[in-house]
Amino acid sequence: MTDAPQPDIQLEALPQERSRAMQLWGRFRDHKGGIIGAVVFLIIIIAVTIGPYIHTIDPQFLDIRSKNQGPSLIHPFGTDNLGRDMLAQVLAGGRLSLSVGMVAMALSLFLGTVVGLLSGYIKWLDGPLMRLTDLFLALPLLPLLLVIIMLFRETLRAVFGPETGIFILIVFVIGITSWMHTARIVRGDVLSIKNQEFVLAAKSGGTREYNIILRHLLPNVMSSIMVSATLGIATAIITESALSFLGLGFPSDFPTWGRLLYDGANFLQITPSRVLWPGLAISLTVLSVNYMGDAFRDALDPHKVKH
Amino acid sequence: MLNYTLRRLMFAIPTLLVISFIIFALLDLAPNDPTGNLPLTIPPEVREQIRQSLGLGDPFLIRYAKWLHQFFVNEPLNILSQITGADIFESADRLRIRSWATRSPVVDLIVQRMPQTLWVVGMSYVVGILIAIPIGIISAHKQYSIFDQLGTFISMVGFSVPTFFTGVLLIVIFSVKLHWFPSIYDTNHEVTDWSSFVFQIRQMFLPVMVLALYNTSQISRFVRASMLENLNQDYVRTARAKGVKEKTILLVHVLRNSLIPVVTVIALGVPTVFSGAIITEQIFRVNGLGQLLITSIQGGDIPVVQTLTFIFAVLIVLFNLIADVLYGILDPRIRYD
Repeated sequence: MTDAPQPDIQLEALPQERSRAMQLWGRFRDHKGGIIGAVVFLIIIIAVTIGPYIHTIDPQFLDIRSKNQGPSLIHPFGTDNLGRDMLAQVLAGGRLSLSVGMVAMALSLFLGTVVGLLSGYIKWLDGPLMRLTDLFLALPLLPLLLVIIMLFRETLRAVFGPETGIFILIVFVIGITSWMHTARIVRGDVLSIKNQEFVLAAKSGGTREYNIILRHLLPNVMSSIMVSATLGIATAIITESALSFLGLGFPSDFPTWGRLLYDGANFLQITPSRVLWPGLAISLTVLSVNYMGDAFRDALDPHKVKH
Repeated sequence: MLNYTLRRLMFAIPTLLVISFIIFALLDLAPNDPTGNLPLTIPPEVREQIRQSLGLGDPFLIRYAKWLHQFFVNEPLNILSQITGADIFESADRLRIRSWATRSPVVDLIVQRMPQTLWVVGMSYVVGILIAIPIGIISAHKQYSIFDQLGTFISMVGFSVPTFFTGVLLIVIFSVKLHWFPSIYDTNHEVTDWSSFVFQIRQMFLPVMVLALYNTSQISRFVRASMLENLNQDYVRTARAKGVKEKTILLVHVLRNSLIPVVTVIALGVPTVFSGAIITEQIFRVNGLGQLLITSIQGGDIPVVQTLTFIFAVLIVLFNLIADVLYGILDPRIRYD
């Protein structure tokens, strides 16, 4: 009986020894939706990267004799009005959609983190940068995105070729119009961290300013950047598909999921599955990413720390 | 409070000026030529005259100043004289912002398109709010029940699935397969008797439902979170201890407090409804403001695009202001000064 309390003490000591990342992972794991979301998202990524090596039909191969077909063994998702294989197109479109989403998210995170760190840490930059953020938040984004794409599409296409040009344009445009929330969150975090003792200690130790920002502040705001990152992918994918759906995104030769949906919408009566698959793909991706974001947020929420 | 409102208004003016400048400058870079579609037989000097008549001869800053003057002085005066019926400062001579494509004043185009957008989009927002609040209340009241779990899941789905997919999906199910509702919105339809009224309801049903699903899922998440936060407060325990009925606690005490942040969220969402409707209007062929914007962008009709985009910006700034002021009025604990 006297030995009984000992395991308890060990159990209590354990969480302190665990690293913060492990703690977060433990709490992330408790969120069932988050785990399912992560699994689904991984499956989609794997399918899109490996899929074209298994299903080897060229997505742009025209086979006019087998147009508008329903699902069959050769064409599991059917074919479109020019006889192109839908499964191959959805897989290829997914590569493009996901890479647009990730690159645009990375750009917007980078901008948001830089603006947030600078305005949180450097006092005289705070006012101007926050006004700039407010200004960007007041811009009507969708109309402006459409206008910018209409204006610069031709020039960039001429310089970089049709696919790379539109890729650069869309990624750039989405990235530059979606950094504001990250900037605000990072700024708030930096403001609360920068007066803590370890920053003061680093300063009195003679650490240079940029090293304080990079080595001491950045790791501490990383967790909230993670949440922004997951939600950023979702918004970027939705924005890209919305642009493509309005006919101002990628051209039909390099279709993304949004473009496939847009092209398929005209053939609703003949082949409704042309709309179904790309739409399901977008929805599943965004849903899984949003669930992951929810789980991250719950895991990071200090109000929920009870153990 | 008044002081704060005035200060915010003062700050809104430079913001709007900067935004209008950004929009104007951006569109001024447009490579398209409004005379590009005219026959090639027109000699160059006539072409130049047409460009002059469209107001393209002046330098950039002068054109910007003229546009500002037309937007902020001439058009409001025009609306005023139309409402009062009086002729204020020779209204016939006043320069107005004109569309390049139709040659009619942009504001008239917007006034023509406004009712469709307000009917469909505004209705969907109202429907969304009306569904969202009860769902949020029940979800919070019975947290972790089946209703709550199902509601949270559906709202997550409604929030994640883009409107251009739900719209197309509903068309496939309800118009193509079942033939219950028309897939195209007929703007010329006039409500004269009962059967035409029923037709109007039927053609509005699909677009309204698509947008309402999206709005409901967003707002009900807020209502639920806000209710849950308030249900754990001390005053709820006090009320329960005093023996107040659960229904009264929920619908009188907690609901009133929880709706404060919800009202601001609703106000903040109004402008996004207009821009989000661009897609839905495109799917159901509703010829509202969003469709006007898309056709003008595709046709390179710069004055229309400039004015519409700027109006969207004005809406965003205005409703941000309204949300902040409302929050201060509804919650007496908030002190701005």
